[in-house]
Amino acid sequence: MLLLLAILIGVLYGSAVYLLLRRNIFKLVLGLIFLGHATNLLLFVASGLTRGYPAFIRNVAGETRQMADPLPQALILTAIVIGLGVTAFALVMVYRFYSVTQTVDLDELSENE
Amino acid sequence: MTMMLLTAPILLPLLFMVVLILTRKRLLFQQVFSLAASLTLTFVSAWLLITVRQEGIATLQMGMWPAPYGITLVADLLSGIMLVTTSFVALVVMVYSPGFIDRERQTAGYYPLVFGLLMGVNGAFITGDIFNMYVWYEVMLTSSFVLIALGGSAEQLRGSVKYVTISFVASIFFVSAIGIMYGQAGTLNMADLASKMRGWEEMPYMNGALMLFFIAFSVKSALFPFFFWLPASYHTPPVAITALFAGTLTKVGIYTLFRFYSLFVVQDVLFWKVFLLVVAGLTMSVGVLMAASQFDIRKILSFHIISQVGYMVMGLAVFTTHAVAAAIYFTVHNMLSKTNTFLAGGLVYQRSGSYDLKYLGGLYKARPLLALLFFIPAMSLAGIPPLPGFFGKFLLIRGGFLSGDYVITAVAILVGLFTLFSMVKIWNEAYWKKQPDDCPPAGKVGRPALAATTLLAVAVILLGLFAGPVMEVAHEASLQLTNPEIYIRAVLDH
Repeated sequence: MLLLLAILIGVLYGSAVYLLLRRNIFKLVLGLIFLGHATNLLLFVASGLTRGYPAFIRNVAGETRQMADPLPQALILTAIVIGLGVTAFALVMVYRFYSVTQTVDLDELSENE
Repeated sequence: MTMMLLTAPILLPLLFMVVLILTRKRLLFQQVFSLAASLTLTFVSAWLLITVRQEGIATLQMGMWPAPYGITLVADLLSGIMLVTTSFVALVVMVYSPGFIDRERQTAGYYPLVFGLLMGVNGAFITGDIFNMYVWYEVMLTSSFVLIALGGSAEQLRGSVKYVTISFVASIFFVSAIGIMYGQAGTLNMADLASKMRGWEEMPYMNGALMLFFIAFSVKSALFPFFFWLPASYHTPPVAITALFAGTLTKVGIYTLFRFYSLFVVQDVLFWKVFLLVVAGLTMSVGVLMAASQFDIRKILSFHIISQVGYMVMGLAVFTTHAVAAAIYFTVHNMLSKTNTFLAGGLVYQRSGSYDLKYLGGLYKARPLLALLFFIPAMSLAGIPPLPGFFGKFLLIRGGFLSGDYVITAVAILVGLFTLFSMVKIWNEAYWKKQPDDCPPAGKVGRPALAATTLLAVAVILLGLFAGPVMEVAHEASLQLTNPEIYIRAVLDH
C-alpha cells in the first residue's frame, strides 16, 4: 500500500511539473490541481498509515485500542479546502485572462509585454 | 486581558472585513471606516507590543487545549514589532487610497480585501503552530491574489497569472515540509518541535524538511534565486496596492525565516549559516544590479525590495545578538521607507501620468514638495545619515565585522553604493533633468495621497532620530530570538 501510494504521488508530481511547464494556460491550472493532490497524499503518507482503524476511540476506562492518527486527516481536509478555493480563483482568473487577451498561450503573453 | 489582546490582531480585521463587505457600495463610509479601523488596529498592536515588553512573551492556548495539542498563539517582541509596523503601513495606505484608487476598484471590494490581507499577515505573526501558520499564509495570499487582479486589466492579469502560480507552488513546498516534519516529530507546535529537536541525537529527514521550508519562505520573500516573480507582478496593480504588498507581504516571509531559523536550526548550524550568507549576498547584489538597468520607477523599486531583503537575511545568518537586532531594525526601516518610495512614485504618476523615467522630468522645479517626499525615503534606503537606513546598514555591517564575516560585509557595503546609484538615477531623471517635450500633461495630486506620503516620511525621519530607543527594543527582541529557550518555555510551561 505504501509503495503504491509512493508511486502514485511520484506520478502526480511528475505530471504536475510537466503540465506546469506547458505553454497552455489551462494546462497550467491543471498542473496546479495535480500538485495540490500530490501534496495532500504526501501529507497522508508521511505521517504514517494505519489501516482498518478509526481515527477516534471511545473514552472507556481500561480499553486500549489501536487508532489512526486523526491529525493528518484534519490537515488534509484543511489543505483540500484551501486548494479548492485557490483552484476556483485560478480558473476564474484564467477565464478572464482568455476573454481579455484572446489567447491561452503563455508565450504570446510574454511577447506582449 | 491577554486573551483579548492576543486575539485582537486577528479578530478585529475579520470583524472590519465583514462590516466592509456588507457596506460594499457605500464608498464614503468605506473610506472613513477603514481609516478608523486601521487606526484602531495600530493602537491595539502598539498596546500588545508594550504589554509584551513589560510582561514577557504572551501566550494563549486556544480552546484551553494544553500546549502541544491545541493551537497556541504566541506574541514575543519580534511579533509585536512586526504587528505595529504592519498596521502602521496599512493605516498610511488607507489614507493614501481614496484619492488614488479608482472608484470602480474601491467599490469592488478593495477595502474588505485589505483587511483580509491584514488578518492573514497578523495571524502569521502571532501563531505558534506551523500548520496554523500555513493557513494564515493562505488567508493572506488569497486576499493578495484578488487584490493584484482587482480591476482585471490585461497587464494585471498577466502579472497575477505569474503571481498566483508561483505562490501556489511555494505553498505546496510549505505543506510538503509540514507533512515530513510531522511524520518525523509527531508534533506541529513550534515550541514543542523545537524542544524535541534539541533532545535528539540524529534527525535524518530534518534538513530536507527545513530546506523545503526555506524554499517556500524564500519564494515569498523573494530571495535569490526565487525572486523573478516579484518584479514581474508587483508593478501591475495600482501603486497603493504595490506599496501595501512591498511593506507587508514580503516581510512575512522574512519574519517566518527569523522564527524558524531561531527555533529549528540546531543541527548543521555551520552549513545553514554559510548557505544563508551566500543566499543573502547573491540576493543583495543581483537585486541591486538588475534595478540599475530598469527605467520604470515601479520596477526599479521592485528590484530594490529584493536587494534589501538580502540585508535582513544577512543579519539573520550572522546570528549574533547585535546582527539580529540590526536586522530587525532594518526590517522596520525597510517596511516604512519602501512603502514610502512607492507612495512617492505614485504621486509622480498622478502629477505626470507616467512611471517611465524617459517621459518624466522637471518635477523638482514644478513641485518641490513631491521631490522632498521622494528624497527622504530614497536617501534612507541608500543609507545616508541621519535617516534610519544608515543606522540599519551601519549596525548590520558592524555586526558582520564583529563576528568576522568579512566577505558578506564587503558585499553589503558595495551594494549600499549601488543602491545610492539607482536612487540617484530616479532622482536625476524624474526630478532634476529638464522636462522632456513629449511629456504627458500635468495632472492633479490628491490631498489625501500627499498627506499619507508626508505622514510616512515623518515616520521615517522619526525612526532615524529615535534610533536609540527603537534599537533597544530590537535588541531585546533579538535576545529572545537568539535564546530560543525563552520562547519554548513561555509556550510549554503555561
